Formats: sequence, structure tokens, C-alpha cells
Amino acid sequence: MSTNVVTFTIDGVEIKSAPDKTIIQAADDAGIYIPRLCYLKDLPPGGHCRVCTVKVNGRPVNSCTYPVAEGIVVENDIEELNSFRRNIIEMLFVEGNHFCPSCEVAGKCELQALAYRLGLLTPQMPYLYAQKELDATHPDVYLDRNRCVLCGRCVRASIHLDKKNVFGFENRGINMKISVNSNDGLQDTNLSKEDKAMSVCPTGCLVVKRQGYLTPVGKRLYDKKPIGSEIETKKVKS
Amino acid sequence: MSKPVIATAHFTGCFGCHMSILDIDERILDLVELVEFNKSPINDIKNFTKPVDIGIIEGGISNDENAEILMEFRKHCKILVAIGACALTGGVPSMRNLVPLKECLEEAYLNGPTVKSENTGIIPNDPDIPVLLDRVYPCHEVVKIDYFLPGCPPSADTIWNALVALLKGEPLNLDYELIKYD
Repeated sequence: MSTNVVTFTIDGVEIKSAPDKTIIQAADDAGIYIPRLCYLKDLPPGGHCRVCTVKVNGRPVNSCTYPVAEGIVVENDIEELNSFRRNIIEMLFVEGNHFCPSCEVAGKCELQALAYRLGLLTPQMPYLYAQKELDATHPDVYLDRNRCVLCGRCVRASIHLDKKNVFGFENRGINMKISVNSNDGLQDTNLSKEDKAMSVCPTGCLVVKRQGYLTPVGKRLYDKKPIGSEIETKKVKS
Repeated sequence: MSKPVIATAHFTGCFGCHMSILDIDERILDLVELVEFNKSPINDIKNFTKPVDIGIIEGGISNDENAEILMEFRKHCKILVAIGACALTGGVPSMRNLVPLKECLEEAYLNGPTVKSENTGIIPNDPDIPVLLDRVYPCHEVVKIDYFLPGCPPSADTIWNALVALLKGEPLNLDYELIKYD
């Protein structure tokens, strides 16, 4: 066998992968879905949301940053990890101000879709109702921090895909927020609605104006099929 | 054996979840065969007259009357099911939780653009009007809730399937398409 292949297992299923992949990349290629929020295929991994945490030989690690290795035993779809993931999603719901019934991104929101997939019927932790800023200064897009989950996808997409550096993080811990590269809000940045950064937001935080509610209920991305099924269909085909 | 008894209540919301209950179409004929309704806006029975098996509640808790009736429901119902975004999270009415109550009332009755002129508005204070709470609370922050059905509103199928499972004493395993937050 070629030395360019490593063999390991995820939940008992044998996976073969190139050695330079991370666990989540190898799992995606094999049609196994590991829940994730801040990870996106075309971006360098952020490693901050911890939703993609798996166990490698019994130890919890980020599957988006941990490289594959010969013979490792990976646990993914187990109740212990799924309950941690549910907790993370629940905390994100109560820390932000997510009013799904009136949100234009409901139905294609990854936070919501993860909650559905992980079986979170409703958040039961107390809501914080924190004051968050809205930036609607830009003519074509707006930034609603009420719906931000601090995944940092826009930060990475702006740097690595758009080569612009429009977004960043400000402050720490519970006070952390997305900042923009200007004192006068988004209007004074070189952000354009065609930027890749505009298409990577998992929630309704960073949205192109005048495009809301275009898809009818029942035909939206996650109305019929759970998040991750696009990855799992690969497994059925192979 | 007597029929299981159901009661329903509406708190702060739009009544859409009750509309969704009625949206079960012709299955409503099965429902009246299966169960007996006690206190509910559907039949306009105002007070509990017997112990209730399943209480279905819609809406968030925004005033003292809501809280009182919810506690009454907890006392009379063996199983309490909260349905819809408002009951589960406070929903759209809970958007006011981002603004202090005093400011909300002043904007609505004293300073808002639809108030005719300055110094003519008053904040309603009739003793018959329920007193607003500092914020809108999800039902589970006031009493213990046994089952949650999300949706705005939950579809008729969601409510029907959940109700049938509860009446049969089966676990609540709802299909993926039936669980939505909006």
C-alpha cells in the first residue's frame, strides 16, 4: 500500500485519506458528516466554535484542525459529543438575540439547522437580551450583531478570499464582537455585496439588503433535509 | 373509560397556534371523538371544572394575568405542552425585552409619532388592565413545562402527531420537517 494513504476509523467505519488532511476534510470526503459551525471548506479553519469536536483515541479535539494519522480511533456521532454540541448551540441562541420567526434567514440558517439536526427543541437556558449594534450604513449590505455567533467566517473570507480585511474581532469573552475596518461603519469600508465574505455568514448577521424572504417556506435549504445531508449523500453514491 | 381531558390557553402572542390547532382540518372530528375539551378559548369555558390530562399553552408571559393563569394550568394539568415560539422563547413580543419597560410605554403612549401632541397621552393604568411584567418570559421560566413544540406556528401536523403520541402514551418522535423555529 502507498505511504501516501493513512487508514483510521470514524465511529468504527474505516476511512482512507491522504496524510495532509484534517479529520473533518477526510470525513467530508468519505461522506461522514461531523457537525460544524465556524468551519467552511474553502477557508482556513478557525477552530473557535468547538461544534466539530470529536474524540481521538478518547481525547476531545477539534476535527477542523487535527490532522489525520495512521490508526487513530475517532468518535463522532455519539450522544456524549452531541449533547455538548447541543449545549454550544443553545448557549449561542441565548447569548444572541435570535428571533427566528421574523428573521429573513430562517430556513437557511446554519445555527437553526444545527439545532434541528441535534434535536434541540428549544433553548432552556435564560436569555441574556444583550444590547448589540446594528450597522446599516452600507448601501447594499447590513451587519446585525444581534444574530452574530462569532464564527469569524467573514473575517477569514475577507482576508483570504477577498484580500480586503474588512472584518475583525474586538474585545474578549462575553464582550467580543465583530468590528469593521472603519470608524464610520461599513459604508466607509471597501466591502462590496459581491464579496465572498458576504456569502459565508451562517446566520442572518451579514446580509445583502433587499433580498429577504425570496424563497418560500417549504423550499428553503433546510426545510426538508437536515444540514449535513449534502455530505452524507456522497457516502450513498460511493 | 372516560375520554382524556384537554385544556388550552393563549397568553402573549397572536393566536396563530390555536389557528394551527384548528388547521388539522377534518381530523378535528376525530379529535372531538378522542378527547373532551375543558377550559379553552375554543369552547369559551372560562374555568377549570375537572382535572385535565393535557394542557396546551400558546404565547409568552408578559403580564401578571398571564403568569396567574399559567400557574393555574400547571396546577390543573397532568401534562403541560408549550407550543409555538412565543411560549418557548418569548417570540416576537419578547423583542421588547431589549428596551426597558418604561421606555417602551413612554414611546407607545407619550412620545411616539402617532401620539397627537405633547402632554396629551397617558400611560394606561386602569386597575382592570393586567400589569405588564418587566419583560416577556418563556413559559418554562415560570412553571415546569413537560413538552415543547417549536414553530411559528407549529404546523397542524406537528400538533396532531404530538397530541396523538401523548394520548397513546408513546414517545414524541416527530419527523424532521415537523420541527421548525419559524
